[in-house]
Amino acid sequence: MGAAPILLIVIIAQIRQILIKNNVKPELQEMLKKGLYVASALLILNNAPIVGPIAKWVTSGLLILIIYFVYNSNDLRRFRNFMYAYIPVILASIVKDIVTLLPRSWEETIEDYIDVVTVFAFIWMVAMLIIANKQNKALRAEQAKREVEEKMKQIAEEKKAELEVLVAERTKEILRQKEELQQAVEDLRSTQDQLVHAEKMASLGELTAGIAHEIQNPLNFVNNFSEVNLELASELNEELDKLNLSQEEKTHLISMVNMIRQNQDKINYHGKRADSIVKGMLQHSRTGSGVKEPVDLNSLVDEYVRLSYHGLRAKDKGFNATLDIHLDPAIEKIPALPQDLGRVLLNIFNNAFYAINEKKQLGTEGYHPTLTVHTTLIDKDRKSVLIRIRDNGNGIPSAVKDKIFQPFYTTKPTGKGTGLGLSLSYDIITKGHGGELRMSSKENEYTEFTIKLPV
Amino acid sequence: MKILIVDDEKDIQMLFEQRFRKELRSGAVELAFAFSGEDALQYLSIHHHEAVLILSDINMPGMSGLDLLHHIKERYENPPPVVMMITAYGDAENFNKAMELGADDFLTKPLDFNILKEKLKLN
Repeated sequence: MGAAPILLIVIIAQIRQILIKNNVKPELQEMLKKGLYVASALLILNNAPIVGPIAKWVTSGLLILIIYFVYNSNDLRRFRNFMYAYIPVILASIVKDIVTLLPRSWEETIEDYIDVVTVFAFIWMVAMLIIANKQNKALRAEQAKREVEEKMKQIAEEKKAELEVLVAERTKEILRQKEELQQAVEDLRSTQDQLVHAEKMASLGELTAGIAHEIQNPLNFVNNFSEVNLELASELNEELDKLNLSQEEKTHLISMVNMIRQNQDKINYHGKRADSIVKGMLQHSRTGSGVKEPVDLNSLVDEYVRLSYHGLRAKDKGFNATLDIHLDPAIEKIPALPQDLGRVLLNIFNNAFYAINEKKQLGTEGYHPTLTVHTTLIDKDRKSVLIRIRDNGNGIPSAVKDKIFQPFYTTKPTGKGTGLGLSLSYDIITKGHGGELRMSSKENEYTEFTIKLPV
Repeated sequence: MKILIVDDEKDIQMLFEQRFRKELRSGAVELAFAFSGEDALQYLSIHHHEAVLILSDINMPGMSGLDLLHHIKERYENPPPVVMMITAYGDAENFNKAMELGADDFLTKPLDFNILKEKLKLN
């Protein structure tokens, strides 16, 4: 009985098993199933008379076909190890079949060798099968391990992706919070600056008024005594006239008395000047007092623009400027101290015209002196009115922007301004009216004052 | 006419004496000085009803001009002397208070002696 058909059955069964296990090529599985029947048939027919040799050849052919198939199919790569075990046995069986075709004398001599080879081929087969089995087991374990690893990796990747999304969301949230916080810090800082500034201005105003209070009494004495001295000097002159002195002596004495008078005049003049400054300083202590009354803001603004403009025109005939006035008719009467507010407006208008005039004197070509005034009613949040006063004069250098509301700060030449106007205006608007007074400026282009008053 | 001047500034005496030199010389006016509210009350208790007119500063250490005014108007009823109050640059609060307490007039510093004399009908 030949080993070839049994081998065929074993190999087909094994291949089929592998395919079933890997769950691939169902049509091939079906074919192999049929192959099993064919192989079984061949096993029986192998020993049958007459058809026996044909069955042997068919068996051999099928075995070679399978070898070829195994070595060409990717799905059966692992089965190649087993094929190494079978190939010598298959070859031995085919050679044996070929030998039967040889002349009988040859057949007998070669048959012995072939039997020996067949035995060795079987031993080889068994050994190789054991090795292949071992290798396969190791491979399978390795593969299982790799599969587990693959799965773990996949899970890790999924988790990572999930985390990635979470992190991105969290990062976005944190960035948003950071921006919000930054904005809040900035807001706080600017509020703090404003508060510090307001506090500084308030204490400066108090200080100014305090100084004025202290100075006024001694100053009153200076002024009063100097007035008495003037009177006394006149009387002295009269008395001198009555005396019996030579003309020369008289002239000499009278000229001396006149010099004293002149000096006294100067003392009086500068005393009065100091007095008017002290009066200005004392206005600081008065801001915030007084009873507010309904004031027609638009007409107040209009009135003071014209007052200021014509006041300046009266002093300087060559001066003129375009007045661009926009009054919001929606503004109704607002509670205010009309005299104080008028003083603020006059102050700012005078400054604006002064700046315009200064720039005009520089003789810039194509310069059109313009004063723009806007009043606006603001409805949002707290109802309030805005007065914007903009001149296109030389502007205020940024270095002195912080100082302009301080008492005694002035850019005007001595005697032209006390430096109390804006500081007083600031007090009137903030303390007297609970409003805001701000200034913005660009050098050589414009200066704009904004007054915000609550309605 | 006797005038009592109340002020914590001592130089006020020299100033008044010089300003009223003619009136003093002619005897139209007599001046007395007190340098605090307490001084003034003491003076008034000794020289009863002598002073016809009291000129008082408001801001003084110790008894203020307003306190003094209050005392005078309470104590000397029939007829109380004329009291004129003097204060710096007419602040409304002191003015109202002085008027409430019965001040006869209110003058602001710096004193304008011409106006004062007019009020006293000395010109």
